[in-house]
Amino acid sequence: MTDVSYVPAPGAAPRTRMLAAQTGMELRLLLRNGEQVGLTLVIPLLLLFFFNLPLLYSLDGSRIAFVAPSIIALAVMSAAFTGLAIGTGFERKYAVLKRLGATALPRSVLLGGKTLAVLLLEIVQVALITVFALALGWRPHGDPLLVFVLVALGTAAFVGLGLLVAGTLRAEVTLAAANLAWLILLFAGGIAIPLSKYPHAATEVLQYLPSAALSDGLHQVLQHGHGIPLHDLLALIGWAGAALPAAARWFRWE
Amino acid sequence: MSAPGTAAVEVRDLVKAYGSRRAVDGLSLTVERGAVLALLGPNGAGKTTTIEVCEGFRRADSGSVRVLGLDPITDAAALRPAVGVMLQDGVGGYTGARAIELLRLFASYAAHPHDPETLLASVGLADVAATPVKRLSGGQQQRLSLALALVARPELVFLDEPTAGMDPQARRATWDFIRKLRADGVSVVLTTHFLDEAEQLADTVVVIDAGRVVAAGSPAELTRAGAEGQIRFRATPGLRLVSLIAAMPDGTTALEEESGRYLVSGDVTPQLLATLTAWCAGQGVLAENLAVERRTLEDVFLELTGRDLRT
Repeated sequence: MTDVSYVPAPGAAPRTRMLAAQTGMELRLLLRNGEQVGLTLVIPLLLLFFFNLPLLYSLDGSRIAFVAPSIIALAVMSAAFTGLAIGTGFERKYAVLKRLGATALPRSVLLGGKTLAVLLLEIVQVALITVFALALGWRPHGDPLLVFVLVALGTAAFVGLGLLVAGTLRAEVTLAAANLAWLILLFAGGIAIPLSKYPHAATEVLQYLPSAALSDGLHQVLQHGHGIPLHDLLALIGWAGAALPAAARWFRWE
Repeated sequence: MSAPGTAAVEVRDLVKAYGSRRAVDGLSLTVERGAVLALLGPNGAGKTTTIEVCEGFRRADSGSVRVLGLDPITDAAALRPAVGVMLQDGVGGYTGARAIELLRLFASYAAHPHDPETLLASVGLADVAATPVKRLSGGQQQRLSLALALVARPELVFLDEPTAGMDPQARRATWDFIRKLRADGVSVVLTTHFLDEAEQLADTVVVIDAGRVVAAGSPAELTRAGAEGQIRFRATPGLRLVSLIAAMPDGTTALEEESGRYLVSGDVTPQLLATLTAWCAGQGVLAENLAVERRTLEDVFLELTGRDLRT
């Protein structure tokens, strides 16, 4: 086992090469993890069918026109917040991040790779949801570019929140907190139930939740064909602007 | 990258406490370029803390640490590509990845990496390249961890208990590996419980206990220093030892411990042994069960720390 030369030749690779390799690894691990696939791909599709049934509440107009943007918001939240937080939390616990910290990989490239992998996963999610929703009779409106901007900003906000939770709490607490937040945001955050079904005073507060802003923005564009949903974009920018620096500031690698 | 003309690692008066307990308490050591240094000590002696301060994982409370002439924390970005690390307890990478995937990922961080397939084969893991890391045995994980530490062609490697959990064959193979690293000019710092490992591999052994250096030197120096060797043999009772003592170098003593059992104490050298057997021949006496007892590193260790290594 000693026929290789170990004469030193140290040096770091270009960041672009590291980022490509890191993103590829993160994405393959996401798609290989049964729980992640369940959370980010299977559950949103099941909920797409479930919420499209007139069970919980009645809606005016086309039901799928409300449900499809909701499920896109849910998928983004599942991948960028819950899935990322739980995965990263356990990587911290099992010294994955500690080991990576002893290589030439900069922290920014590690976080960049995780974020890009989430974005690539979201492309798969949105494509699948769109196909199934179209089959259920969905007729979306609006500018696809606005949808992309909303999803990207929502991802930035949720990635920041997910890394903040994963980087400051124990893995088991992260697991519980991320799942609980997922449920709360699903039902009280304007995804499963329209905020208009809540009392007016509650709506005034709930509309600023990141899930509500993302979901409402997507509904404005995809359901109603409105232009730029400025209110929601500003809310998401606010969340991203607070959560990302906070995660960078307080994230502990071990 | 690294400042030339400096030691590979230079630690001066390092102190690191966890709460009120000083894990490392005024420790100093130097690793010369291209040399192998073994940190030897019982559990809790401060080996891993010392190494983790050098790796930049922990911040020293006081004292100075220079690695390749640089500061492990403030110069981390410059230092990390030049330093390979093998953590204690498992691989510490993505355990869901296959062995070869993880090695390829680490190779992608380096400017001039080893070919991952070749390196994996050279640590004997070609057969399990496609096995997820978490399904590898403990010894296989250790060998993968070694490959991960080396894939970027580092100048210096920190190996924290590199042979823990390995079977004897894998241990020998890892020793050969470390000798090869040394021959190729890589500086090596390793921690170990195993005295034979330190004795076999290290240019310098630093024995630490309770966060302090209790002895340092080459294995030969450590086992020699102040070390009285002993020779025991059996022969007919009542030999006249006065002429033996006269024939041997000053400071050497001989006595009949019990009837027919003799003990010679002193600096045991080949010449002393030759003198003894020549004297016996001159007396017409056959020395039986002749045994040379020199100090081992284990004796040194027990004297210095007063306890067993694996307590």
